[in-house]
Amino acid sequence: MPRRAHSIRRLAVALTVLTVFLATGPGRAQPVIADVSEHFIGITADFTGTNILFFGSAGGPGKLVVVISGPAQDISVGNKIQRAGIWMNSERVTFKNAPSFYRVLSSEPLDEWLPLDVREANQIGVEYLNLQPTEDIGRAITADYRAALIRNMQAKNHYGKAEGQLKILGGRLFRTDVFLPSNVPTGDYSIKTYLIRDGRVVDTEMTPLNINKTGIGAKIYQVAHQHSALYGIAAIVIAVLAGLGGNAVFRKS
Amino acid sequence: MQGGGFFLEASTARTAESVNLYLPIAEMSVNIFLLLGLGAGVGMLSGIFGVGGGFLMTPLLIFMGIPPAVAVGTEANQIIASSVSGVLAHWRRGNVDFKMGSILLVGGIVGSTFGVFLFQHLRALGHIDLVIMLSYVIFLGTIGILMLFESVRAMRRRRRPGSSRKLHQHNFLHGLPFKMRFRRSKLYISALLPLLIGFVVGILSAIMGVGGGFVMVPAMIYLLGMPTAVVVGTSLYQIIFVTANATFLQATLNQTVDIVLAMLLLVGAVIGAQVGAQIGSKLRGEQLRGLLALMVLSVCGKILFDLVSAPNDLYFLLSRNGGH
Repeated sequence: MPRRAHSIRRLAVALTVLTVFLATGPGRAQPVIADVSEHFIGITADFTGTNILFFGSAGGPGKLVVVISGPAQDISVGNKIQRAGIWMNSERVTFKNAPSFYRVLSSEPLDEWLPLDVREANQIGVEYLNLQPTEDIGRAITADYRAALIRNMQAKNHYGKAEGQLKILGGRLFRTDVFLPSNVPTGDYSIKTYLIRDGRVVDTEMTPLNINKTGIGAKIYQVAHQHSALYGIAAIVIAVLAGLGGNAVFRKS
Repeated sequence: MQGGGFFLEASTARTAESVNLYLPIAEMSVNIFLLLGLGAGVGMLSGIFGVGGGFLMTPLLIFMGIPPAVAVGTEANQIIASSVSGVLAHWRRGNVDFKMGSILLVGGIVGSTFGVFLFQHLRALGHIDLVIMLSYVIFLGTIGILMLFESVRAMRRRRRPGSSRKLHQHNFLHGLPFKMRFRRSKLYISALLPLLIGFVVGILSAIMGVGGGFVMVPAMIYLLGMPTAVVVGTSLYQIIFVTANATFLQATLNQTVDIVLAMLLLVGAVIGAQVGAQIGSKLRGEQLRGLLALMVLSVCGKILFDLVSAPNDLYFLLSRNGGH
């Protein structure tokens, strides 16, 4: 509860700053301003996914596109083939530096107005992600594996199936809730806001976001990786004690 | 403008459900009661049949979405607890042959260490998935069918009184050297036999990520000729050490043991194992074996079905920690 109250207070401050800023410079061309309700999302034991509030001001006329990208990762895609009636793994293709999380938000449906060259240059939309395989497998096969990567990441809810809706209020202010699922990858995220006027990017704003484990879960993860022998022994001791304890309880009854 | 509701929605959206818990190693949120129930169910089976239950639990965890590598590593950890709990219940009834168990164990530790290297070699070749699945099908299938036939035959024999069978058949195995007396098991056989069985089961447990009880129990009954009553406790006794070895190796080599997940599972498992041991002592040997056979066969059938039926998507993502 105190954390929540704290974040609301921070939000209120941000909102005040924003309003003052907007009020003092009417009519002048302003840059895009954007911020999130929390720059750090701590994954605690009761984490079941969370909403973050992304808000800001467009600064001037134009349409807005927001791209949220998780930390880059090497993602391998495997393929199954049928041999003698049994489905087995065949090839695998690795894509270097693919975003582990990806969402696009926009004020209006992208397909209707955003020029393809802008989408390609800025990797706006899953189809426009710059995913290159490490193996030399030719264009057609690459396309199959790329599509498979996107499809599977969408199934895990790590890539968005469609772009999200960005609500514009009073022509300038925008705000939107972004849901981060419980299996959200951890690490440094970037939220990039594009202001697009007449099919050209006129301004961009980068907002950082960090998602990481915190509390007891983070400690456990840290010990498991840094003191793995100790962790293994502890796991065995806990299991043996649990077995003995369970037995003692039952013996009395 | 929407007025007051403009910024407040963010805070109300974070409605944490108290029945869910985030697993630090598996990196996902799971329902607490589902896992407690799963632990209790599998723990009960382990108490009844003397199997660790890994061959059931590991596929179930993977089905729930736990990464396979974490499921295998954590399952080994959880089996320790249910085996400790179960073995004490059997020990009180004098149903553990420690001498036999220790010889099986020596073979088991050597076998599982050899198995870990075999696992790494197969993984490098890229076919570990298929090897795991096929070993499940072959071993579960063979053992299940053999046990089912045997127990049905035994049940029939019981209905026709008068026809008695020999305690166990004599074959070439009884001509081996290093003969030892196993009082609890009422056997006088070569120590090489349990050593070899322990070794083979050790390899399997490393490759298949299970304690190996479902292979060990039938091997003890049919190959060694041990009485069913002693088999369960003795099997649990040696499973404790084999899975402790596996837990340590998984934790140090792959960091795939999720203590939080293991604790959730083992709370249910230790209780289930106690209940199971009581149920098991009320069932007759051939009924016990018949039921275990049916269970083994249904898991085998499910895995075989998955191998031959066309997958939803011919492409899949390979997990980051290199799990299979």
